[in-house]
Amino acid sequence: MSEKYKITIDGVSTEVEPGTTILNAARQIGGDLVPPAMCYYSSLEGSGGKCRTCLVKVSKGSEKDPRPMPKLMASCRTTVMDGMEVQNLTSPEVQEARKGVVEFLLINHPLDCPVCDQAGECKLQDLSYEHGTEATRYEFNRRTFERIDIGDKIQLHMNRCILCYRCVYVANQLTDQRVHGIVGRGDMAEISTYVEKAIDNDFSGNMIDVCPVGALTDKTFRFKNRVWFTKPVWAHRDCDKCCGRVTLWYKGDDVLRVTGRKDEYGEVHEFICNTCRYDKKRTKDWVIEGPAKVERQSVISANHYDSKVVPVIDKR
Amino acid sequence: MEVYRKQGGYAAVEKALKTMTPDEVLEEVKKSGLRGRGGAGFPTGLKWSFLAKPEGVPRYLVCNADESEPGTFKDRDLMVRNPHSLIEGMIVSSFALGANTSYIYVRGELFYVIRILEKAISEAREKGFLGKNILGSGYDLELYVQPGGGAYICGEETALIESLEGKRGNPRIKPPFPAVSGVWGCPTVVNNVETIAATSWIVQHGGDEYAKIGIGRSTGTKLISACGNINKPGIYEIELGLPVEEFIYSDEYCGGIAGGKRLKAVVAGGSSVPVLPANLILKTMAGESRLMSYESLAEGGFVSGTMLGSGGFIVMDEDACIVRNTWNFTRFYHHESCGQCSPCREGTGWMEKVLHRIEYGHGKMSDIDLLVDVAAKIEGNTICPLGDAAAWPVGSAIRHFRDEFEWHVREPRLSQERNYGLAGYADPLPVQAAEA
Ligand SMILES: Cc1cc2nc3c(=O)[nH]c(=O)nc-3n(C[C@H](O)[C@H](O)[C@H](O)COP(=O)(O)O)c2cc1C
Ligand code: SF4
Ligand code: SF4
Ligand code: FES
Repeated sequence: MSEKYKITIDGVSTEVEPGTTILNAARQIGGDLVPPAMCYYSSLEGSGGKCRTCLVKVSKGSEKDPRPMPKLMASCRTTVMDGMEVQNLTSPEVQEARKGVVEFLLINHPLDCPVCDQAGECKLQDLSYEHGTEATRYEFNRRTFERIDIGDKIQLHMNRCILCYRCVYVANQLTDQRVHGIVGRGDMAEISTYVEKAIDNDFSGNMIDVCPVGALTDKTFRFKNRVWFTKPVWAHRDCDKCCGRVTLWYKGDDVLRVTGRKDEYGEVHEFICNTCRYDKKRTKDWVIEGPAKVERQSVISANHYDSKVVPVIDKR
Repeated sequence: MEVYRKQGGYAAVEKALKTMTPDEVLEEVKKSGLRGRGGAGFPTGLKWSFLAKPEGVPRYLVCNADESEPGTFKDRDLMVRNPHSLIEGMIVSSFALGANTSYIYVRGELFYVIRILEKAISEAREKGFLGKNILGSGYDLELYVQPGGGAYICGEETALIESLEGKRGNPRIKPPFPAVSGVWGCPTVVNNVETIAATSWIVQHGGDEYAKIGIGRSTGTKLISACGNINKPGIYEIELGLPVEEFIYSDEYCGGIAGGKRLKAVVAGGSSVPVLPANLILKTMAGESRLMSYESLAEGGFVSGTMLGSGGFIVMDEDACIVRNTWNFTRFYHHESCGQCSPCREGTGWMEKVLHRIEYGHGKMSDIDLLVDVAAKIEGNTICPLGDAAAWPVGSAIRHFRDEFEWHVREPRLSQERNYGLAGYADPLPVQAAEA
């Protein structure tokens, strides 16, 4: 099919393939009008629709049926119709709803950014900075869980989890057998391995990369350093298990951590194996390509980056 | 079985399978104007006609017998007292939809109902109404009873389908709708017990006959489970269009408010629908008397109206505490939220805590507006309607009974000792009506 659908978001028009979601259409346009997404992850099938941060208003359904949609729609799970018109930043209703969602995500969040390893690359931190209010109206005890180690490489800090289900999809789609899942329901739901099993699988480390917050962190990197003091560098190696294309995070001459390559929306498109992630932490293990090319910076790192390492704008 | 047969039971099966085509059955159901009895009131014929029919893909009919809405207990009784009416309805509906496998998803706690249904199914099978080549018509149907896990959320049709497939009962993100991709990814119709049971009557007597019962676009009869402070709680089959006042006060139905007290408020369609004060449930804003029908109860929108919902009619007298009742409902939704989407997962718990605080005399004036705001931010922003169902009772309680919330905050001591009583703005009409 060569036919394309026309869509207008906040007054900016573009044409997309049928089947494209509103969110991906917005990403094709780029810039501020792209709705934030906490649970959608383009390379994980079935993800999205849960966090509700990406809600937008469909003010015109399509050329054929111009009626507006009655409710705000999750842009990550709503496909574009020809002639659709969408409001994101231009709709006060959307802004208000998003503020609400951010508040909901934060009421049970420990707000422990100062001691959280994810700080500086946390999607929730960025989101609340951009859309949140200054003070909380929540005056009750926050939900708390014990920290648990799932395996020797990953620590789960459930208090920080936003239940985006991404890590569950990773385990479902990347590993042979999923041994963790969502247990319980409502606000008592938690990520857990049934009987505290260790997650031990060649691709389990990707759960860390997809986690938008500091709920799943790399124990081999824990407290070693702040992300914004480390320098991301792209590198690759010949790997028989995965693509071998990674980001190395340097402090001086030391590789402190290895992750998948994230795009400007914090998404990894090529997942890496645990050997690359945990066992190859010397420069000589890798062929260095150069500074990581990511356009978008988190609220914290934006101020700290050495301008030499944030040069290229990569529009794939 | 014998009794049911003697009273003309399974005649609809014979009529449909032997003399009608599936499309003719569908046509009768469309003509009848039957609307879903599960809560949303969506026209059943229309819903059936949306069912996708790709070649070579099986289709399914699922009966939603998960009934767990607080205040609603009609389907259980229907299944216990007259299981064959449901099974007969399942057969003709499945025939109309071209489904060869159908499920009845029963709430897990109802073991005895499951046993009754299974017995009735085996009786029907013995008589040749189920299985291969039913009554020599060439139509096959297998009917299964599937016990659920006893979670309210599994009554939501897509969560029900997930649960039926053996997964965690999380509602799916729509679209795709079940009519296109339901059980095992195949086109599926989900209908309430009462809806399905009504179809056999429609087949037997014709859609036009059914449409004569009721009022306007609310055709037919409806089971109402009445409870609360009334003289005669129970399940009543009413013709749609019955005045609410008659339903509450006539001896044929609820028999008036228990203990000669006065009516304070009514939740007309199960815990999810907005609560209305006495004056607004009896008469609309325009001063017309309110009827038990989809349209009349909804008159005035959410400002002054409510919904027929699933027919759980909860009556509260002058001694009922609206704050406590709202807290109780919210506690239910908090407990039953599946936790997938942020507004419902976090918002229901937050509302419950604030309501608890107000009810127990630790509330603040600002809490009331906070509740309104939180409810508004849940409403419409969630994956499934449970979010709305949790928000509506809170929004409506504060809209109509704000005084009572404020009184709880102002008089923390007093509110622990006694209830607020009738609100000053509640119409005194109920008393006069009772005497008349
Ligand atoms: C949270 C939630 C719970 C529900 N529970 C039930 C239920 O217990 N029984 C039921 O028949 N419908 C229930 N529904 C409505 C169903 O989703 C669906 O609309 C209904 O089964 C359709 O049948 P109908 O067209 O015959 O009304 C529920 C909906 C929601 C959102
Ligand atoms: S642990 Fe992280 S990735 Fe998993 S559900 Fe929670 S926030 Fe999402
Ligand atoms: S609205 Fe509530 S019950 Fe429905 S999907 Fe969202 S969290 Fe689950
Ligand atoms: S990103 Fe769309 S709902 Fe989470």
